[in-house]
Amino acid sequence: MPIAAALLSVAGLAGVAVVATILAAQRRAWATPIVYGASLILAAVLLMCGLLALLGGSAFQGAVHLPVGLPWIGAYFALDPLSAAFLVIVDFGAVVASFYAIGYGAHEEEPGRVLPFFPAFLAGMNLVVLSADAFGFLVAWEFMSLSSWALVMAHHHDAENRRAGYVYLLMASFGTLMLLLAFGLLAGPDGDYAFSAIRTAHHVPWLAGLVLVLMLLGAGSKAGLVPLHVWLPLAHPAAPSHVSALMSGVMTKVAVYGFIRVVFDLAGEPAWWWAVLVLILGSGSAVLGVLHAVLQRDLKRLLAYSTVENVGIIFIGLGLGLAFKTNDMTGAAALAVAASIFHAFNHSLFKSLLFFGAGNVLTGTGERDIEKLGGLVHRMPETAYLFLGGCLAISALPPLNGFVSEWLILQAILLSPDVPQWALRFLIPASGAMLALAAALAAACFVRAFGITFLSRPRSPAAETAHEVSRWQIRAMYALLIICLIAGVFPGPFLDALSPVSQMLVSGAMPKQPILPHLSIIPISESRSSYSGFLVFFFILMASWAAIRVIHNFASRAVRRAPPWDCGFPDASPVTQYTADSFAQPIRRVFGPIAFRAKVSQTMPPPGDMAPARLTLSLRDLVWEFIYEPLESVVLYAAERLNILQFLTIRSYLSLVFAALVLLLVLVATWA
Amino acid sequence: MGLILAILIQGVQMVLVLALAPGLVGFTRKVKARLLRRQGPSVLQPYRDLLRLVRKEAVLADNASWLFRNAPYLIFATTWVAAALVPTFAAGLHFSWAADLIAITALLGSARFFLALAGMDIGTAFGGIGSSREMLFATLAEPAMIMIVFTVALVAGSTQLSTVAEFMVHHSTLRVSLGLALIGLIIVALTENARVPVDNPATHLELTMVHEAMVLEYSGRHLAVIELAAALKLLLYISLIACIFVPWGMASQDDGVLGMLVGVVTWVGKLTVGGFLMVLFETAIAKMRVFRVPEFVGGALMLGFLGTLLLFVSRSF
Repeated sequence: MPIAAALLSVAGLAGVAVVATILAAQRRAWATPIVYGASLILAAVLLMCGLLALLGGSAFQGAVHLPVGLPWIGAYFALDPLSAAFLVIVDFGAVVASFYAIGYGAHEEEPGRVLPFFPAFLAGMNLVVLSADAFGFLVAWEFMSLSSWALVMAHHHDAENRRAGYVYLLMASFGTLMLLLAFGLLAGPDGDYAFSAIRTAHHVPWLAGLVLVLMLLGAGSKAGLVPLHVWLPLAHPAAPSHVSALMSGVMTKVAVYGFIRVVFDLAGEPAWWWAVLVLILGSGSAVLGVLHAVLQRDLKRLLAYSTVENVGIIFIGLGLGLAFKTNDMTGAAALAVAASIFHAFNHSLFKSLLFFGAGNVLTGTGERDIEKLGGLVHRMPETAYLFLGGCLAISALPPLNGFVSEWLILQAILLSPDVPQWALRFLIPASGAMLALAAALAAACFVRAFGITFLSRPRSPAAETAHEVSRWQIRAMYALLIICLIAGVFPGPFLDALSPVSQMLVSGAMPKQPILPHLSIIPISESRSSYSGFLVFFFILMASWAAIRVIHNFASRAVRRAPPWDCGFPDASPVTQYTADSFAQPIRRVFGPIAFRAKVSQTMPPPGDMAPARLTLSLRDLVWEFIYEPLESVVLYAAERLNILQFLTIRSYLSLVFAALVLLLVLVATWA
Repeated sequence: MGLILAILIQGVQMVLVLALAPGLVGFTRKVKARLLRRQGPSVLQPYRDLLRLVRKEAVLADNASWLFRNAPYLIFATTWVAAALVPTFAAGLHFSWAADLIAITALLGSARFFLALAGMDIGTAFGGIGSSREMLFATLAEPAMIMIVFTVALVAGSTQLSTVAEFMVHHSTLRVSLGLALIGLIIVALTENARVPVDNPATHLELTMVHEAMVLEYSGRHLAVIELAAALKLLLYISLIACIFVPWGMASQDDGVLGMLVGVVTWVGKLTVGGFLMVLFETAIAKMRVFRVPEFVGGALMLGFLGTLLLFVSRSF
């Protein structure tokens, strides 16, 4: 029974966390490989369980009821196609991150602050996916949040990291509160917390709508939907790189899982306006996330903002799925949902790959600021090669996997003119435009990230003396890149594997992808559209191979090295190169005034004056200004007003307690 | 036998686009020169240039990396594959289902990605400026292209170019949305090919240059391959416009040799007319300031979006 093995492995991970605490307290040097090795093995077992349950059909799925947790409820766990799919996403990321960490963790200054929480974090994420009752889900969710918070705080000497931890803690508590309310509404006054009971219960439409809003706030804040994303670009980069990879690549997917579980599986029939909300938030996140990313100088923060973009893309797919589901267009809904889960899987791969690359850069140079990097392609050739692969994949370029999932979402958009609601008819093409814009901006963002970091000439001594990193780190990245390539070149089996999930969520499935003769994928029917990653890959390989052979054999293969040409005026100083900021300047100039209220002002001294000219740039984060700052002032004001509650007499306290009791009784009486 | 024939025709298409691309560039240069009352070089000059370049040794900057040396071949390969997937003289070729119009757009995106990276490899200011501007234009041109694809796909019910071409031959009517898409596609084509209002293919050493600035450090066979890829891209866009908006005369898979020959002749005719119109437009208009270009390309995005939106409102637009 995979479910039993999975639960035992989760227990094992918790055990590893306890052992790690003891080992770390004794400052054993060999604790690092032991802890990560054990996490790797247990995550691999969990991955196997997920794969078995996803591919093996209902024989390998199942549910168990354990007498732990709340005494009169117990704990339900289940492994159905949806949780199996996300178990695969979570544990593939966990296996690779553990492998990477065996090399990367050796550089950790205070392993005691990372080792105990890493397996705990893995256990928490797995438990969220496995649990099948609201109570267990929330406990696991909170466990996941807190253990990742501890990992964010691993380098707490840095004031910036402490702030990141603070903001993260606030947002995580807020998110869990929203989930608590959502599950409370779902369970209703009878309070049956098991998912199986919630699924069969009847939900009042407006309450179900409220559940959707609460889920968008709760799971959306964990996934990083704009405007709830503010903690993400602070917290993800603050953690050690293998944890950043897990947080960005995997934990956001756990949040997506929570959203799908409640909205598609538990909350009953969706209303059409749910799709409107999800599509607006998704497209907003996609474009704003990547616009932020393209302006970042910190490599890890850039990647974190790009996570916001990709979560936006996933939610666009889910929004389409809702729009089709509510109109009973099952084929289209299956396509949209499968595309979005496939994108979640793909993003977990290439985002982990890129965060590992950033970790290598950090190990090799000690720098995260790309303005101080450059020329790493010569000193860290393998990292450069692998990071480039990740950049290609995330920029949605064929023949890699990012393209396939975005292509499928675009195909789903093309099916939507049959949707009867006018609001959706206007919104869906707009989300399509936003998706295309985000994809194009992502390409610009990652040309910049790779070009400034790895190409051109070194901009600092740290970049000049960079060194390649351990084999563990490199091999973990190879594994990810190979899967990225396989998922891009042979996407058919991956989509077939997702068909039980869409069958479960929208009771429809994509057509079975033919393995032969075309190796192509077909979203709806062959006459509408098809794409063969294999053939495209094969043709590109053959064409470049033929070009190289023909030219080398029949023309010339001589090479001469010379100083750069640069129009005849090469300047040896690396400051004459394009910097990250100058690369982003045109994009900032075009999109900045709308998205960031960007203002550039120059002060030029009069001719003859020797004072320096100044250029000042102001970018405003409108989300902070219009949502969080007013909220903060309201909270502060309320806190000050409520301060008097601390200085009351015992009689006033007792009467307050009495009043609260009466209020609650009245509430219960009117609801029931 | 049928399969071998189908693959053979596909091979002919691949060779033909490659063989004709430099000729198209030579033809446009000739026409441009004649319109400016110059004699101009021979139509065959690009072939001679390419031949001369591939025979020369490649001069690489001291700090050029493996990416710089391999990027030209990747750029060429992706562009060639994209060009070979656009129906030119015949629709429904054997491999036409391998990629639809969205994938062709993305393939060109891959080529651009490598080109922009190659521009940044040496670490000169010119390479950086070229890459940065190229990516800026792409951020608007690519979504514009996707929106145009949407418009066309919603009319024809498919993103497969062969199906679109066959639909247009049999069911074409004048539609507002297709008109918008045509104007948008022309703007995108001018931008993507670095033609006059956006970039100037004829000059070097101008601060407005984009494409030429990126390839400044290339020489010898690498430069030849990049130039050939640029020529292929021009051919691709003209063929694409022809395939969607004037698909008449295109042979289908079942036509015999004669039908194919007619297809080739009409295709060459379309290329000639398309190249001529493009040069005529270029000669009549001045180059834009760099920061006017986003408005120009943004116009294409708006047109494409409007076209799509009209079709979402009613299928009959």
